[in-house]
Amino acid sequence: MKKNQVLEKIIHGIFLLLGLITVGSVLLITVYLVISGIPAIREIGLIDFLFGKEWASTAAEPKYGILPFLLTSIYGTAGAILIGVPVGFMTAVYLSKMASPRVKSVMQSAVSLLAGIPSVVYGLVGMLVLVPGIRKIFHVPDGASLLAAIIVLAIMILPSIIKMSITALDAVPREYEDASLALGATPIETYFKVSVPAAKSGIAAAVVLGVGRAIGEAMAVMMVAGNVPNMPDSLFQSVRFLTTAVSSEMAYSSGLQRQALFSIALVLFLFIMLTGATLNFFLKREKE
Amino acid sequence: MSIISAKDLCLWYGDHQALKNINIELSDRNITALIGPSGCGKSTFLKTLNRMNDLIPGVKITGDIRYEGTDIFSNEVDVNQLRKEIGMVFQKPNPFPMSIYDNVAYGPRTHGITNRVKLDEIVEQALRDAAIWDEVKDRLKKNALGMSGGQQQRLCIARALAVQPKILLMDEPTSALDPISTSRIEELVMELKEKYTIIMVTHNMQQAVRVSDDTAFFLLGELVEFGKTDDIFSQPGDPRTEDYITGRFG
Amino acid sequence: MLNQSLSKKRKGFAVLMKALMLLSAGLTAALVLFLLLYVLGKGVPGITWELLSTNPSYLTERIGILPDILNTVYIVLATLVIVLPLGVGAAIYLTEYASNKKVVGVIEYAAETLSGIPSIIYGLVGMLLFSNSMGTCLMAGALTLVIMNLPTIMRTTQESLKTVPQSYREGAFGLGAGKWRVVRTVVLPGCVDGVITGCILSVGRILGESAALLFTAGFAHAVNGIIDGLAAPGATLTVALYVYAKEQGEFGVAFAIAAILMVLTVVINFAATLVQKYFAKRRSL
Repeated sequence: MKKNQVLEKIIHGIFLLLGLITVGSVLLITVYLVISGIPAIREIGLIDFLFGKEWASTAAEPKYGILPFLLTSIYGTAGAILIGVPVGFMTAVYLSKMASPRVKSVMQSAVSLLAGIPSVVYGLVGMLVLVPGIRKIFHVPDGASLLAAIIVLAIMILPSIIKMSITALDAVPREYEDASLALGATPIETYFKVSVPAAKSGIAAAVVLGVGRAIGEAMAVMMVAGNVPNMPDSLFQSVRFLTTAVSSEMAYSSGLQRQALFSIALVLFLFIMLTGATLNFFLKREKE
Repeated sequence: MSIISAKDLCLWYGDHQALKNINIELSDRNITALIGPSGCGKSTFLKTLNRMNDLIPGVKITGDIRYEGTDIFSNEVDVNQLRKEIGMVFQKPNPFPMSIYDNVAYGPRTHGITNRVKLDEIVEQALRDAAIWDEVKDRLKKNALGMSGGQQQRLCIARALAVQPKILLMDEPTSALDPISTSRIEELVMELKEKYTIIMVTHNMQQAVRVSDDTAFFLLGELVEFGKTDDIFSQPGDPRTEDYITGRFG
Repeated sequence: MLNQSLSKKRKGFAVLMKALMLLSAGLTAALVLFLLLYVLGKGVPGITWELLSTNPSYLTERIGILPDILNTVYIVLATLVIVLPLGVGAAIYLTEYASNKKVVGVIEYAAETLSGIPSIIYGLVGMLLFSNSMGTCLMAGALTLVIMNLPTIMRTTQESLKTVPQSYREGAFGLGAGKWRVVRTVVLPGCVDGVITGCILSVGRILGESAALLFTAGFAHAVNGIIDGLAAPGATLTVALYVYAKEQGEFGVAFAIAAILMVLTVVINFAATLVQKYFAKRRSL
């Protein structure tokens, strides 16, 4: 009897440990990023680091200003949201409220496929279709640009936005819509004036999820944005994002340069934690 | 004078015939109760009057319904206009998840009224007519979902009144409410009779007796009997009606 | 009165919104179709037996992706073998053992956080945690992927455990079984569908992953057995695609790989839907 109890206790302990692995991982990631990200910021100075307009890590007198990356990530994400959200939102309303069940199920598989395509494939198609296309259409010397990155990101966040918005819209009680129709509103008026407002927390969560995806995307953006540490002054500028700044120099970096890359990762991580917290806020509101 | 009349009305959900040759004339400024056991077609009939059944796939309707002489299924008729004239209150209170004000203003806004002063007037009048103005006048901007069930239902009535319908369809409007809220709604319905024609589905015999002027008894998709409520309940003409109202089935 | 039609403004709104919805849905559909056809069209002709069955050689200027295929298989296997017990164990703790709501909340929040972290950060931390100690190798990549996929396995298992009727557990306890025995005999068999769904989703994620692997698993193309392979650096198909396209300009090979990945993505999506339908049906019986 006693032996059994000991065994049960041990097993309970093992499962507890397994349960805590996720917590441990999050702590580990946070601690590692903070520890390896702080030294360079200290050496460079927080203001110079965050708001320095020049990144020249390999110059004789290296400069480590990440404002170009910060702004590029912000503009790139904003642009992707500006294009991706309206398209995704309208698609979601159509699929949730108007499409026949058959069309809805086929389109939902298509959207899942879009979500499953590896980001390097997006990058590859972007490199060979989008980049030359932009060069030809806008007569710019190089199509690898902020615009190309924005378009690729917009496409990549589309599935998250569509899927989450559909979930939110499908959950709107039928009674709301019936009440609106019975007042003489047309179906389309009903969808946009009753169903969409009723699903607004879920749709907001979808947008925040899209923001998270766009900020975090590295490889596809690496392949189409030109990857030059310019300030993003125009849509046709070759630019570098926070994510690509980390990956493009990591392979051959050392010393302060390498530490600065970790600092960039830390900044990126903080951005992601912020969107995560926002997402949680909206999801909680949606539940209520 | 009849405001709505149905002639040889039949309705199928796929293969199932839910309404069989309904012929009925409903009078203006009057309360008609539709009674009968579950699945007898009374709710279906109610929802046919404002064409809410159009939304269900596989519905087929024959015969005609005339509202003030106009065939409501005619191609000339705009269904949204019809629903503006014939309002509806549902079984479960279903206010929109918006403020009390926005709930009531939703209908008028939909139909193109944007003038703030005019909207204020309409909202106040509708809430007064629904006997809920005094309870909510200080919290018009609060979310309607924070109200009690009875208040929500009166708000839904106000919302329906705000588009100035002629007819109010009520689908068991008190079945989800407690007795006190129920009696308040019943009093309200009797007052509304002054201005509106009311057609009400109810499961509750006492409610039909208390509130209605006329009663229609449905069974298995047929209209078994229709007449003055007092007559139906005191001397039913059909044995099936008698069995039902005396509680032998249902 | 009734035949008065809608005002111009209301009609306009309906037409506009409907047009926008159709346009957006059409655009989305066209996008998927284009990507599928374009990648397959450009990639399928390049898929030859030689490409699939050889390793690249600078001497003969031959490009073969056999090592990348093998590396992908190894890394998928290694990741699943490690992540399954961890994820399933965590799910069992949450549904069967945890009595403290706060602990459950913290664990679930951590899992959510993990699934929101971008893969480039995983790559970086994986490099610091694993590659710096064991060298750049497939195993370091696999361990990084373990952390990334932990939330997926945990969530799908948890969901399937929720469908195990409480009465089964009570029945087993009623017979005097200890907690561990109940978990082994009643709970574990109940999570099979969650584990399978989780595996499919994870395989999809591993196949598509590149940013987390570049600095942890590296990008060598050598043919190895599984044991040596895991200890050596190597590129998966996705990483190889990136290297061939971005660093070497070998677009033919890149598209061939892209086509293979595309087909695998379709297969995985299909399998996931099928499995979910199958289990949903079985559960409703």
